[in-house]
Amino acid sequence: MPKRRVETVEAISRDEVRHLADLARIDLSNAELDHLAPQLAVIIDSVASISDVAAEEVPPTSHPLPLTNVFRKDVTVPGLSAEEALSGAPEVEQQRFSVPRILGEEA
Amino acid sequence: MSDLTRRTAAELAVALAAGDTSSVEITSVYLDRITDVDDAVHAFLVVDAEGALASAGAADARRAAGAPASALDGIPVAVKDVLATRGLPTTCGSRILEGWVPPYDATVVTRLREGGLPILGKTNMDEFAMGSSTEHSAYGTTHNPWDLDRIPGGSGGGSSASVAAFEAPVAVGTDTGGSIRQPGAVTGTVGMKPTYGGVSRYGLVALANSLDQAGPATRSVLDAALLHEVIGGHDPRDSTSIDQPLPRVVDAAREGASGDLTGVRIGVVQELGGEGYQAGVLARFEECVQLLVGAGAEVVEVSCPTFVHALATYYLILPAEASSNLAKFDAMRYGMRTLPDGVDLPSAEDVMRVTRDRGFGEEVKRRIILGTYALSSGYYDAYYGQAQKVRTLVSRDFAAAFRKVDVLVSPTAPTTAFKIGEKVDDPLAMYLNDLATIPANLSGVPGISVPSGLADEDDMPAGFQVLAPAMADDRCYRVGAALETLLHDRWGGPLVPPPLEGASR
Repeated sequence: MPKRRVETVEAISRDEVRHLADLARIDLSNAELDHLAPQLAVIIDSVASISDVAAEEVPPTSHPLPLTNVFRKDVTVPGLSAEEALSGAPEVEQQRFSVPRILGEEA
Repeated sequence: MSDLTRRTAAELAVALAAGDTSSVEITSVYLDRITDVDDAVHAFLVVDAEGALASAGAADARRAAGAPASALDGIPVAVKDVLATRGLPTTCGSRILEGWVPPYDATVVTRLREGGLPILGKTNMDEFAMGSSTEHSAYGTTHNPWDLDRIPGGSGGGSSASVAAFEAPVAVGTDTGGSIRQPGAVTGTVGMKPTYGGVSRYGLVALANSLDQAGPATRSVLDAALLHEVIGGHDPRDSTSIDQPLPRVVDAAREGASGDLTGVRIGVVQELGGEGYQAGVLARFEECVQLLVGAGAEVVEVSCPTFVHALATYYLILPAEASSNLAKFDAMRYGMRTLPDGVDLPSAEDVMRVTRDRGFGEEVKRRIILGTYALSSGYYDAYYGQAQKVRTLVSRDFAAAFRKVDVLVSPTAPTTAFKIGEKVDDPLAMYLNDLATIPANLSGVPGISVPSGLADEDDMPAGFQVLAPAMADDRCYRVGAALETLLHDRWGGPLVPPPLEGASR
């Protein structure tokens, strides 16, 4: 596998920030974009310093302590009632979460 | 009997056991104190006087029957608002969870209830624990009891300020990059981050799963150990919880209180000091090191070369995990739902976008976008992948250091508390506060912050950090308690902030 390196990090552009916000499902206003884009560029520039620190053969750590998969006993335990599970819902209908339409208007 | 608020939890427990006071009396005195000073400090987001007094009454009944539920049965506690509390609002300092009342308790909260500790209320924090000052709370900034114009640290500024201001004897915080220890340092209190997996994360609203850890915020090392014993230990509901007995932390704190450290090997981390650290913070740190030498410890300098990359590593791993975790706030099942203006029949996605824009604060959006960026294809290997490798190197540095010494020490935070507003619009300057605390989270090792004294420049408290190998939390308590004893001997007692009575803002 070829190792990807970022030799020179270009400051993140306003359009890129808009795209990332879109991926993260956040409707940023123009004013927020103006404010956040330069700050993110500074942060990314500073964290980019690590791109050359670790040699290829260093294994990644995703978790601080060694873990093995954990299974619970196959026994029933009390859980939330339907009423409890729905207690924080913005809208409820017939003991279900009620959500806005999920398909396009033409669908 | 307002002097009850000045006592440690350990002292209050002795008084309760002797029948000299009652949990109802103690709880009432603390609730009165909150009424008196919290307008100025703003440590609490919600106070549950009724619930706390009911629990206190039950605790008194158990004591009277000779069957206390734990060593701290009847001692009131404040809980950071990132832990789910059944029946009590839990906001994580965010608008997006305004008004949410969880239908279940976090395991930490269950253990507090089972141990008989009345819950005074929920404490303020930076939104979703992102910050080092509580200025990123959607519900206003907490003020440092030592100087109300200064920050109390963060993200758990509310928990540490509540114990510093004598509004609670003990509190629970959470520490992802220093959020228990740094607030402890800047408010002159004790803060302990246990070994990752030592305290259950079930019901702790995740910021970064591989870094988050709940722990005690208190006014004494022994109190921290007593609370650690109540909340710690294996929990089958958290698959990352360690299935081993808890280290003997209370015994270690009592042993350390003798002030004798003969034979203990202590390493001063070269990379966590010097440039970027306030002179007064370093001066108090050096004095503490000399006290430990005087107590019989063997002190050497230790180098952990990759620690200088810990901050950058953290600010890739944390946003990556956070951006993924916070995806669940989608306006569908719980929390805020905001409809876009002027759109007929908006789609779920339209609603999601508007809700997340209005519900999340600036720092949260910054980190979600940063995390989304770090996880994007094309950048993943260069950023997130590299950060995970550097994380391995940080752990190797710890492992090598702990072959030579029993504990590592450093200043907890590079500076004392700064003025409110000073760094709020300079994210990088804010991130530097966690310089010395982050390596422990990356590696999962435990760390405690103990007050080291007041810095000469500003008479504000500084902290001394003790780090130990994973599952050797007892060493943090032993060395921390020894330092506390030696410093109290010099000072003639603990550090006490100026009186807040009559303080107003």
